[in-house]
Amino acid sequence: MKSLKRIVAMAAIAAGCLSLAASPAKAQSGAQGSPVRVGSTLALTGPLSATALVHKLVGEIYVEDLNSRGGLLGRKVEWIVKDDQSKPDVARTLYEQLVTSDKVDLLMGPYATGAILSAIGVAQRYNKMLIHHTMGVPSLAKYDMHFPAWSLGPDPGTTVPNTLFDALAASPKPPKTIAIVTSKFPSLHFLSLGAREVAKKRGLQEVLFLEWEFGNRDFGPIAARVKDAKPDLVFVGDIGLEGNMLLEAMKKLDYEPPLHFHLYPAPGPMATAPETKNALSVTIFEEHAPFTNDPVAAKFVKTYNERAKAAGFPYTKVEVQAAASFTAWQLLEAAATATKSLDDKKMAEWLKANQVKTIQGTLRFDKGNNFGDDLMRIKQVQNGNWVTVWPKEWAAPGAMLKQ
Amino acid sequence: MTLPSLNLLLQSILSGIFIGGMYSMIGLGLGLSWGLLRQINLAHFGFVFLSAYLSYHMVSVWGIDPLLTLLILPPFFFAIGVAQQWLLSRFKISPFNSLLVTFGFTVMIESLIQYVWTADFRKLQSVYGEEKFKIGGLFVPVPELLTLLLAILFAFGVWAAMRFTDIGKAMRAMAEDGPIAAAFGINQRWLSLMLSGTCVALASIAGVCFALTFTLTPTQIFSWVGVVFAVVMLGGLGSALGPLVAGIIIGVSEAIAMAIFAPSWAPIVSFSLLILMLLFRPGKA
Repeated sequence: MKSLKRIVAMAAIAAGCLSLAASPAKAQSGAQGSPVRVGSTLALTGPLSATALVHKLVGEIYVEDLNSRGGLLGRKVEWIVKDDQSKPDVARTLYEQLVTSDKVDLLMGPYATGAILSAIGVAQRYNKMLIHHTMGVPSLAKYDMHFPAWSLGPDPGTTVPNTLFDALAASPKPPKTIAIVTSKFPSLHFLSLGAREVAKKRGLQEVLFLEWEFGNRDFGPIAARVKDAKPDLVFVGDIGLEGNMLLEAMKKLDYEPPLHFHLYPAPGPMATAPETKNALSVTIFEEHAPFTNDPVAAKFVKTYNERAKAAGFPYTKVEVQAAASFTAWQLLEAAATATKSLDDKKMAEWLKANQVKTIQGTLRFDKGNNFGDDLMRIKQVQNGNWVTVWPKEWAAPGAMLKQ
Repeated sequence: MTLPSLNLLLQSILSGIFIGGMYSMIGLGLGLSWGLLRQINLAHFGFVFLSAYLSYHMVSVWGIDPLLTLLILPPFFFAIGVAQQWLLSRFKISPFNSLLVTFGFTVMIESLIQYVWTADFRKLQSVYGEEKFKIGGLFVPVPELLTLLLAILFAFGVWAAMRFTDIGKAMRAMAEDGPIAAAFGINQRWLSLMLSGTCVALASIAGVCFALTFTLTPTQIFSWVGVVFAVVMLGGLGSALGPLVAGIIIGVSEAIAMAIFAPSWAPIVSFSLLILMLLFRPGKA
């Protein structure tokens, strides 16, 4: 009986010791198990929602893949995304919530310049790093811990038109005259004004310059004026459907411009409409070689195509918006992995001091307002698809600028 | 400023007439509702877009001819108009409150469209979409011409109905003085339901025309509110022919401003005309 009591007592002591020994391990395992919370907003409703859905899908794809690879610093990643309704003021409130109430570990930026500027304001107030997707006006971003995933360089008003004119100068029939017609939408207008200056310096004769208010309904008179001006090249400072509306109006006048460039067209409608043949635009990524020679890019393209189709997106290909979004997540992962930390300051310092290989190329952030190289390339609608045509090293295999 | 060529000017004026036809088509039902029912029905814009999306769906998914949707959709929207009027009268919504309530309906319709067809762009591709012909040096696109013809047809049709039929006269009497009209045996409730149904049915016809001409996206709903309000006020509340005339005046003025000066001046035109109207002919708008 005594021995039985002794065995029970020893077992109890052993169990106690084991449980004491296990407690810290359990606590430690709990800390490791708690997810890294990344907070962001997207314009899931409102006028910018069509594009924001692309960013949401890309974020989901990236986080799922990241978690399948073990997460960040050995912890799963939980992405908290809130709907800023396409309103910068709502974005500001939600970023405040993410920092103060949700207490997220890291911030991820929203889409579109207005919302990004709101988010930058909040990030600055709380000393948080902010990587963001598609900021259109670099001169407005002053915060030293913001990082743009869209590589348009610190002075796109000069560099983007120069890239375009370089591409056209190398074509068999370079344009001599130009019509610049532009929306007064902020992210476009300064680029169109930049194009005017660059065109003048490069000796292109400006035969027409027109501006319209964002939301213009009738493109008939604008099309008639462009037709009347007979330019070799039409530089269209358009966003969303504006370019399609202008080309439709031109078609109704039986007019097809010899060359036409569009700044930020809706990729699907611009690629597939019959009147948009040979339309030129800018890009950072298209789903063809050499971009897809990167296995990460190739895997992403495959997954995105499938998921976008399943989600019922009318345009299921990876282009600028999806690539910028993917890049933003790549930057976040690279900074956290390299610094082995979620400390905003450490990660920001690392990003400033290093270059990051992404699906759109190698990004750096050591120029004006943390922007780096302008990696914008020229793409063209050919046979219903966007293909990169300039510079040559990024052109799709066999692709040349068509006139 | 350089003077445009005659052909450019005439082509721009033609474009202005066509966009004026669209303004008029949207404004007709809105103006009747505002003038005769004393309801500022913002949901009218939502119904225009809902109809546009439904016609897009019928054509793109079910393969129905777009012109056939002009026969299918109006009865359905008539019923929606009747239901809306029943709801508004059931809760005795005042004219000002109708603005708020119908704004709420518009937001709901926008959300519904976004849920069903997503926020992405939708384009109705039809055999009529690219049809056009030439008169002299001027190009005439068929969808825009169809919209203009329908706008003229319905403006004169509604005008004739209001002027020459008993039901039209009863509606005008009801708008003039409801209690006295009721004393003469006019059934206000029934007439209001019919009128509301007619206005929303007109919105559905405008929607089909819209889908034939424009690429669709849900948030466009609100971009038409300002100019169509100006058309309705300039044309006169409750007037059938007024929106047609005002729509064409505004459309042509915008087009001339775009052809001669700058396209960015166009939005100023409609509201400048409205302000001038209010200054020089107060009480007419």
